[in-house]
Amino acid sequence: MSGIQESVIIRTVVRIIVPFIQLFALYVIMHGASGPGGGFQGGVIFGAAIILYAMIFGIGEGKKKMSDALDKILASTGLTIYAATGLICIVCGGMFLQYGAVPLIPDNPAEVSKYLIDLVEIGIGITVLAVMISLFFNVSPPESEPEEAEE
Amino acid sequence: MKTLALFVVVITGAMLIYAGQDLPAFGDINSPAYQAPMTQYFIENALPESGVTNIVTALLANYRGYDTLGETAVIFTAGMAVILLLRRRET
Amino acid sequence: MSGILDIVYAEYNYWIYVTLMMIGFYAMIAKKNLIKKIIGANIFQTAIFLFYISLADVTKGTAPILVGGHGAEHAEHAADVIYTNPVPHCLILTAIVVAVSTTAVALALIIRIYNEYGSIEEDVILAARKELQPEFSEHARQRGVAEVSEQ
Repeated sequence: MSGIQESVIIRTVVRIIVPFIQLFALYVIMHGASGPGGGFQGGVIFGAAIILYAMIFGIGEGKKKMSDALDKILASTGLTIYAATGLICIVCGGMFLQYGAVPLIPDNPAEVSKYLIDLVEIGIGITVLAVMISLFFNVSPPESEPEEAEE
Repeated sequence: MKTLALFVVVITGAMLIYAGQDLPAFGDINSPAYQAPMTQYFIENALPESGVTNIVTALLANYRGYDTLGETAVIFTAGMAVILLLRRRET
Repeated sequence: MSGILDIVYAEYNYWIYVTLMMIGFYAMIAKKNLIKKIIGANIFQTAIFLFYISLADVTKGTAPILVGGHGAEHAEHAADVIYTNPVPHCLILTAIVVAVSTTAVALALIIRIYNEYGSIEEDVILAARKELQPEFSEHARQRGVAEVSEQ
């Protein structure tokens, strides 16, 4: 257990509210094509949920949910999804990121580009959430073990 | 030093105010930026060309997709730079 | 007197952004504390963002999301709706992300500087630097340049 415990009310409320914040973040990412939202905003909201959890329960507990290795893997995965979407378009005979060239749905390039834009937004969201969480974990001071023993 | 800084700041602000007299008024529908052919093109063709109703998303992910790829690379690079700068050395 | 007030009132939004920009600029160049410099840079950036977003605004215009919802067939009939300019919104979405990245890297650099020198005041850092490495101080560098130019 970490040194300073937040009150039981705060811990309970955060434990209840974090899944809903994550659900809202997924909604914002997937809703980016047809309403206000997008990958950047949704990724930041998702990262904020994990950061809130880590602020209340301690950095150690937060790192159990999202380890440093997973952070780095997710950050590069999102960028790879984006670049791979662009490369798929080249493979299918179009230009880089020319979504309409992918023959996913025949004779309807606009519909194809709608789904590929969603895919791109998911990639952006994954990168942004991983980077936000790793920024918080890296900037926060290290948990000092000896001081806790005194208390 | 502070006086010099204040002087520079006030001069810069006065120059910007002077230059800003030519800018269109707030909410002017006849402003050059709004009447430009590209803006009207984006508003009219975002849905038929991109299939999304949010014009900003269509611009961001379709027309300016290459730029957004670079932007994602920027935020990824920033995250990696912070990890490298603040990594705790394993003893 | 009323002439000046008329000029101010006609384009009051630009006056607000210029004032905000002056506050940020002053903090950047006059403050010695590095964190205050970063805060100044952020105020400066916010002024630029607001300036661009206000350029996008159109009187009685709605957000640049096509009216009619998700289906393409519903969005067709609302051709007479005025939309605000979407291009500055897109540019500023990019700029906000870059601003977040630069702020994160700057804060990380300040943490490293604090670990090295024990201070985030510019004067203290420069004095400590001169003491630790006299060959890299500003005075020594100028002297070195002078010696090189004499030869």
